[in-house]
Amino acid sequence: MPPKKPAKRSKPKASKAAKRPMPGAAADRFLIPRPEFERIAERIFKFSRAEETEIEIDVTTDALTRFANNTIHQNVAEQGISVSVRAVVNGRTARASTNKTDDVSLARVADAALRLAKLQPPSETLLPMLGPQKYTPVKRFFPATAAATPEERARAVVGVVKLAERNKQTAAGIFTTGISQSVLATSRGLFVAHEQTRAEFSVTFLDGESSGWAKENFPDISLIAPGALAERASQKARASLHPREIPPGHYTVILEPAAVLDLVGFLFYDFAATAIEDKRSCFNDRLGKRIFGGNITVWDDVYHPLQTGAPFDGEGVPRQKVLLVDRGIPRGLVYARETAKRLGAKPTGHGFSLPNEYGEAPMNLVFAGGRSSLDEMISATGQGILVTRFWYIREVDPYQKILTGMTRDGTFLVENGQIAGPVKNFRFNESMIEMLASVEDLGPSVRAAGEESFEMVVPAMKVRKFHFTEVTKF
Amino acid sequence: MMEEWASLALDTAAARGASYADARVVDVRQRELSTKNSKVGTLVESESLGLGVRVIAGGAWGFASTDRLNRRGIEKCAAEAVAIARASALAKRHDVVLAPEQAFVDTWQSPFIKDPFRISVDRQIALLLEADAEMRKVAGVTVAETGMVFRRLEQLFASTAGARIHQMKMQSGAGVVASSFAEGELQKRSYPNSFGGQHALRGYELVEELDLVGNARRVAEEAVALHKAPQCPEGVRTILLDGSQVGLQVHESIGHPIELDRVLGMEANFAGTSFLTLDKLNILRYGSEHVTVVADARLDHGPGLGTFGYDDEGVPAQSTDIIRNGRFTGYLTSRETAAAIGQKRSNGTMRAESWNRLPLIRMTNISLLPGAWKLDDLIADTDDGIYMETNRSWSIDDRRYHFQFGTEIGWEIKGGKKIRMLKNPSYSGITTEFWNSCDAVCSRDYWTLWGTPNCGKGQPMQTMGTGHGAAPARFRNVRVGVAFSR
Repeated sequence: MPPKKPAKRSKPKASKAAKRPMPGAAADRFLIPRPEFERIAERIFKFSRAEETEIEIDVTTDALTRFANNTIHQNVAEQGISVSVRAVVNGRTARASTNKTDDVSLARVADAALRLAKLQPPSETLLPMLGPQKYTPVKRFFPATAAATPEERARAVVGVVKLAERNKQTAAGIFTTGISQSVLATSRGLFVAHEQTRAEFSVTFLDGESSGWAKENFPDISLIAPGALAERASQKARASLHPREIPPGHYTVILEPAAVLDLVGFLFYDFAATAIEDKRSCFNDRLGKRIFGGNITVWDDVYHPLQTGAPFDGEGVPRQKVLLVDRGIPRGLVYARETAKRLGAKPTGHGFSLPNEYGEAPMNLVFAGGRSSLDEMISATGQGILVTRFWYIREVDPYQKILTGMTRDGTFLVENGQIAGPVKNFRFNESMIEMLASVEDLGPSVRAAGEESFEMVVPAMKVRKFHFTEVTKF
Repeated sequence: MMEEWASLALDTAAARGASYADARVVDVRQRELSTKNSKVGTLVESESLGLGVRVIAGGAWGFASTDRLNRRGIEKCAAEAVAIARASALAKRHDVVLAPEQAFVDTWQSPFIKDPFRISVDRQIALLLEADAEMRKVAGVTVAETGMVFRRLEQLFASTAGARIHQMKMQSGAGVVASSFAEGELQKRSYPNSFGGQHALRGYELVEELDLVGNARRVAEEAVALHKAPQCPEGVRTILLDGSQVGLQVHESIGHPIELDRVLGMEANFAGTSFLTLDKLNILRYGSEHVTVVADARLDHGPGLGTFGYDDEGVPAQSTDIIRNGRFTGYLTSRETAAAIGQKRSNGTMRAESWNRLPLIRMTNISLLPGAWKLDDLIADTDDGIYMETNRSWSIDDRRYHFQFGTEIGWEIKGGKKIRMLKNPSYSGITTEFWNSCDAVCSRDYWTLWGTPNCGKGQPMQTMGTGHGAAPARFRNVRVGVAFSR
């Protein structure tokens, strides 16, 4: 419903959470100070003629060193800002954005948002913008990551290259570090800021026709170990030499955490209340029913120590920890404000920036883990396939949640409790509903990084009757 | 101002010791509109202006970008690019060598009739809502979605070699999708294609020609009817693909493997490598004699998402034979990779997503040239087969051998006639075996330069639009239905 009275525009007031100290003096030299964001916001509020105005400011500073064929071949840095304004007038809303922060551009972007808003039909469900909220602090900014230099990244690459040359292999990969700052402010007095750092190292070793891969991603660069990752990738590549072809079929699989991540990551939007309402979630008609094994429990939890991200959503609602799957039974959904009101629920702090048609999604999935190590899973397996990671995963059937994709960079046959040797890569077509009902064993949950899904906290899994349908040539 | 900013970046890089530098100033404006179930979803306008500078210093590459377009910001950016290049030199094996290229001074603009940014937003929304309403008139439709996206990109490329190239591209796209959930399955139909519909380097006239409203009800009815259709069988069959699916098949199993950076291992960690090793050039029988493929960025080929005047290294748009009557004849190259394999000149395929990204080898318009068949004749000539339309899922291995595609709808062909609808069609195969099984391609009357707006490559990831001219085609002895085998 539109607000009964047009909201009076007012100077934004800082919420209690927003007044919390910045990450400390060491961070100051890397971050744009809060007063600078406040000045941009104040100018936009001054220029805006909308009934309500919301401002998002995102600042990105990223650097990425890329290597291949044992040499650095791309090495880049970027710095940029995005200022995005949402206007509300007569129950209508629209957004415009710019990367220019001069007065003319800020006035123009405020006008553009208002002009766009006026040109559309009114929404009966649009809610007033939020005022100040209370947020739980998260520590996601690490000065050591922010301070990383091209020379440091290059030196790490030199170490990787030396290993590759010593082993007569070639290495390719990336080492990236970055800082992001985001601010959300409304004309009802909300002003909240979040800053975080990101470090990521991923490496592929090529050994003739074979390959091995490893990757880590953390906010704190000190948790990244390029040398150890390179060793792992090198060993996988060497162990993958001369793969044999075995027939496709249903196999017990041991999925390393990156392989699990890239599969289960496809479920994230199915937990959106809007997806259920639109009847395009695989949990349609399955909520409250035991469809997975009793060893599958899933939360969305931005506050988990291995997670990243801001403690607020696209409208400024504080994020909540939500139990999504309870011992095999999908129970919980996430709700944006408007979806919650429509469906008689409470918002959970997972809404996207407005306007949008998707509503919300959990972006910080955490799967409960177990205690078995990969070695223990292997030694307890009569025959199976060990999968390092998957590649090019796409959805074949959205309701049975059948995914297809390929194995990549280290696929091994397990026989009689031991790795029996490398096998040629498989194509799979597997239902996530069936897979999560067939998990025999779980490893400890870790922060996993893949290439198909954003980072999540997931365990390694041993799964019965995983369906490989075809084999490729390598 | 673009010229001043670029010159300042180049002068700074040269003063800092760069042996070569190029700078791109890019000004992008975008409008996105969408509706879902008769409500406006996305309604966003954005603009982005910035500068990226690429340098060679100490024999190695560096790149930096900024949107702080004042003297201090630009000088800092250019200096950072040089410093990064010197860091790159710590792990170099040899100095970067570029294939020679003339320093062009030119202006180029993609032609369009109606500027989509001058068409009022309310008129655009009204059209989308009308198409949305048409789909929702069909009982059983659970979600109706429509969308339009427009992008205007103005760019100046300048180099220390003296190039000054100003380009302006206008891009438009639009489409509709009807989804239907019933009896434990979700079906959907898109028009004119999945991936947001059709996209081209054109103005609003593209949207008007698509007739979204006139096609909305048909696709909605098909989405609902799919629930009652039999499942696509599993087995080895003759298949016919519609033009849009042939276009995506070209993209995945020809366009990506011919990227020379992949072939040379430069994308090994993410996008992967390619089975098309250098020894296969001019030797490999890629496809049957019906398969002729070009990479053509010239406007003569059509207003595709891979059409331009010059690439982002200042190399003019060209047409390159990729497959000539089945034989593999060419790669997509850059100045660096062309030099690496001893070619005299880049064939001009380097493009960057925006000012803040480094140019990479990207598909231009990779097109299967038309054959001679009329579609009705091709169907009549098929005794037992399946006609598949509109992509639904796509996947291929990291060397581009093994693929699997699903489409939204299929039609069983018996005795030269389409006899019934099939749901959940899929097919799979090995790239070269598949293209060698092609025995017919339809004529230019059925040929469309399809736009794929969402091609991802590189680290950091870049999304790029590519073009794929294609007509319906027939393939023999193809494995179908595996995606749904249990």
